[in-house]
Parts: sequence; structure tokens; C-alpha cells
Amino acid sequence: MDRSGWMLAGLVALLAALSALWMLQGLGAGNRGFVLGLRAGKLAALVIVGAAVAVATVLFQTVAANRVLTPSIMGFDALYVLIQTTLVASFGTAAYAGLPAGGKFLSEVAVMTALACLLFGTLLARGGRDVPRMILTGVILGVMFRAMAGFLGRIMDPSEFAVVQSVSFASFNRVNADLLPIAAAVTALAVGLALRMAPRLDVLALGRDAAVSLGLRHQALVLAALALVSALVAVSTALVGPVAFFGLIVAGLAHALARTARHRVLLPAAALIAACLLVGGQWLFERQLGQAATLSVVVEFAGGLFFLYLLLKGRIR
Amino acid sequence: MIQIEGVSHHIGTAQILRDISTSLPEGRLTALIGPNGAGKSTLLRLIGRLEPLQAGRITVDEHDVARCPTGCLARVMAILGQQTAIASRLRLSELVGFGRWPHHQGRPSADDHARVAEALDAFALTPLAGRFLDEVSGGQAQRAHIAMAFAQDTPWLLLDEPLNNLDMSHARALMVRLRGLVADGGRSVAMVVHEINYAAAWADHVVAMKDGRIFATGAPAEVLTEEVLSALYDASIRVGQHHGRPLVLHHA
Ligand SMILES: Nc1ncnc2c1ncn2[C@@H]1O[C@H](COP(=O)(O)OP(=O)(O)O)[C@@H](O)[C@H]1O
Ligand SMILES: [Mg+2]
Repeated sequence: MDRSGWMLAGLVALLAALSALWMLQGLGAGNRGFVLGLRAGKLAALVIVGAAVAVATVLFQTVAANRVLTPSIMGFDALYVLIQTTLVASFGTAAYAGLPAGGKFLSEVAVMTALACLLFGTLLARGGRDVPRMILTGVILGVMFRAMAGFLGRIMDPSEFAVVQSVSFASFNRVNADLLPIAAAVTALAVGLALRMAPRLDVLALGRDAAVSLGLRHQALVLAALALVSALVAVSTALVGPVAFFGLIVAGLAHALARTARHRVLLPAAALIAACLLVGGQWLFERQLGQAATLSVVVEFAGGLFFLYLLLKGRIR
Repeated sequence: MIQIEGVSHHIGTAQILRDISTSLPEGRLTALIGPNGAGKSTLLRLIGRLEPLQAGRITVDEHDVARCPTGCLARVMAILGQQTAIASRLRLSELVGFGRWPHHQGRPSADDHARVAEALDAFALTPLAGRFLDEVSGGQAQRAHIAMAFAQDTPWLLLDEPLNNLDMSHARALMVRLRGLVADGGRSVAMVVHEINYAAAWADHVVAMKDGRIFATGAPAEVLTEEVLSALYDASIRVGQHHGRPLVLHHA
């Protein structure tokens, strides 16, 4: 096995150990089945969210040809929140809550994918070389989506707004459990497709000119990658809410640890690192620190610092 | 042969190329010359389908660049643009290895590996093969990019200012190699050159451009004359002779 293989095996082993710790630590005598069930659900959610955020970020960074942008910075999750708010506002809470969770989620994913491909596809079709303009556009889009969602929230009635609010803030403590099966399926499908695209993504990472010269169908691949990013962001936002900087940390760690530009290695490495961080972090905060701080706040704080560090070091490429 | 018929190009309201028709001969080394902003890069990028064609028609060995699938064109021509910054962290050997992608689509064979080794060797990069792109000099990185295009092993090689960043000996080594590809390998090369004397010394065919138009075409002895160059660059330029080839003098 080569270096990359050992690294991935090590990450799998670490995740297995953390999962065992999560499931079994402090398990009392009574009600084992119930506690184990609860824990398993949450573990699944953390792993799914980790994989979704990580793969979405690595894919997006490859498409955008730089390492400081993430889907969240570009406003993807704000777009998801806006779509959901719009749906609640137009159907009303009662009707909205009455819809089957799976179908509702899939249609949100579909709308999100179409909109994101339209918006970001045009922005990135030329290769996304102009990084400052991309950041600015993303920030503006994000603010705009949030403002529109906020405006809709204000004109809705309070009970409807409460439904929406649950997806507007990140929390790893409260996971939307109804969605687990469908979220798992969407994530597995998207990650699988991303891995199939891996050799082409390697070529895409050379930049638009080189990729076209090598005969890659650039535009088609960019749109396909953006569609996967949209679906994955929808999954993670629906499950735990928007996490702005987590993906940035994970992608940065994956690049540093994998020391290769091959997506066959980068994608699974990022997904495993993210899952380990979330499972380990949530165990620490929920069980050891007794919720003295919350994981999402710490993750965002560390991620924000890392973002500043990247910007200040001038590594925006 | 590359056939260019009635090609015009504009960006916004600016007219970059105006109704260009010319052809680049097969089995020859063609130099594109002209002042900054003449449209040389734009024309090369249009031939290499890096920009969509707005008006006119371009064929490379009978392949219409606007119609032919891009994967098929990648086995007919390799184009190296002027900007070559790459975001991902690659070793030189990996970069050159991508040149084989049009032939194996991600599954390199032993033959592909051999050709990558050959390309690295041809550009004196074998000792640097394991280094990362951001750990070598600008000239070495430039050679690695050229080696990638070389490894693509296409009948046509389109290079935009490949001599940038190269010192005199590597620049000459590159020209010798390109000459060899044309003379012995039966390949065709079209390159943008700024230093006119490289065109004078090595090219078979010269295309001079100015203000988005073809200004003159022909053999070096026909195009690289005092009248043509002085009008092309709006400066009085002296041309001497050296071993039967034109020698452009910078000191007027
Ligand atoms: N993105 C752009 N927007 C507007 N004008 C451009 C753009 N790119 C190139 N140009 C203009 O097109 C002309 C031709 O450029 P180019 O083909 O790069 O010239 P050359 O390679 O001969 O120096 C120049 O006048 C340049 O200013
Ligand atoms: Mg140029």
C-alpha cells in the first residue's frame, strides 16, 4: 500500500475508534437499547454531515480553482435557507409540515441544484480566475439570500417562522432525524458520483485552459460538480443548519495531510477528517464539557481564524 | 494545415480581430509576431478552442474546431496558453503526466509512463521530476508546461510565448527541439515569439499581426525586412544578415 492508502486506512481506523467511543462510553445499565438507538442516529447524522460538507468543499474549491472559497462563503447554504423559507411562506406551515419529509427534501434539492447551477455556473464557466470578484459576489449573494429569507420570515406568522428558524442556525445538538435515511442516500449517491469524476476533476484542477487543451468537456464537468455541491450543501444544511467555515478547515487539512492533488485520495480523506472532527468534537463538547461551549461555535471560530490566516498569507489562488 | 477563414472577434465593444484569413502550413515552424495587443494570443486561443469562435471558420487538419468534439481535438493539437498558473500542488512528473490524458483518460499504460519519462528527459527535467511546481524557478516551471504539451504527442503544437522566462541556453535548446520535431517528427508548430531573432533563426513561416489584422505573411526573408518591421512596430528597425538569415538589430 502506498502512502495515500495508509493515510486513508489510518483515518478509517480513527473514525471507527471515535464511533465506538461515541456509542459505548458511559453506557448505563438501564434502557440500553433506547440510548444506543439515539446515539446511533446522531452518529449517522454527524458522519453524513461531515462527508457532505467535506466533499462539497473540495469539489467547489477545485471548480473555483482556489483554496479560500467554500460553498458557504459563496452563499450556497443561504440559498437553501431561502428556498425553504419561500416554500413555508407559500404553502403555510400546516400544509408544509403535512408534506412527506423525503419528497419535500428531494424537491428542495432539485430547486437548489437548478438555481445554483444557473447562478454559479455562469460565474465559474470562464474558469473563476478573478478570486476577489468571486469572494465579493459570494458575500453579496449570501447577504442577499439571507436578507430575503429574513424579510419573508418577518412577514410570515410567528409559528411558521419557528419552522424555518430551525434551519437558519447551525447546531449539532439538534439534528433533523426524519431526514436521515434520505440524506444518507443523497450523500452516498453524490459522493459516489464525485469519486467517479475524480480523474476528470484532477484535470479540471489544472485550470480551464489546460483542461480544455487536454480535451476535457470543461463546462459540462463544472455544472456536474456544482450540482453535486448543491445537493451536498442541501443535505448538511437540512440536517444541522449552515456551517460557514467548517469546510474550509477540513479541505485545508485534507490537502495538507494527503499531500497530493489526486481527488481519489483528497475526497475520501476530507470526508473522513470531517467525520472524525465532528464525532470527536461532539463527544468532547456534549459528554465531557457538558455543553459549556457548543461545537458549532468553536468550529466556526477556528474556521474563521483559518480563513483570515489564508487571506493574510496571500494564499488566495 | 490550419485554415483560418474570415475570423473576427470582439470583447464587449472592442474589436480584437478583424476578418482574418490565412493558413499555417503543415510540417513547418510558424512564428506569430507583432506588437503587444496585436491579437496574437487571441488568434492562437481561437485556434486552440480556448475561446469560442464568434465569426468565421477555423480548421486544423480538416477538423472544424467549432464542431469537432473537444476530446478528439486534444489528439490533434496541444495548446499552451500565456498564463499557466495552477492552483493545485503538483509534482513536475505529475504535471507532465497530464499530457497523456487525452490518450488514456485517467488510466495510464506503461507506454504512457515511458512517454512522460521521455518528455521529462527532453526538457532536462528528470532531476527535478519529484519537485513541486512551486518549488522550482519560473523557467523550470515553464519547461514543465512545455513538456506536458510535448507529451500530448499531437501533430500540432501551439505555444504562446514559450520562450518567456527561459534563459538563452534553454531558449535555444527549446528551439532546437521544436525544429527537430518539425524536421524529423513531421509535426507542425505555431508559436508566438517576441524576440524577432528567434523567428529569424528558426522559423519557416512568419505571420505578422498588427491591430487585429494580418500585416504580412511569408518566409522569414520576405517578412523580416526593414520596411515591414519598421511599419509593423512603428519604429525604425535595421536588419542585417547572419549566415544567410535575417538578423534584426536593436541598436538603431
Ligand atoms: N478580456 C479582455 N477584455 C478587453 N480587451 C481584451 C481582453 N483580453 C485582451 N484584450 C485586448 O485584445 C487585444 C489583443 O490581445 P492579445 O491577443 O492578448 O494580444 P497579443 O497576444 O498580441 O499581445 C489587446 O488590445 C488587449 O487589450
Ligand atoms: Mg499575447
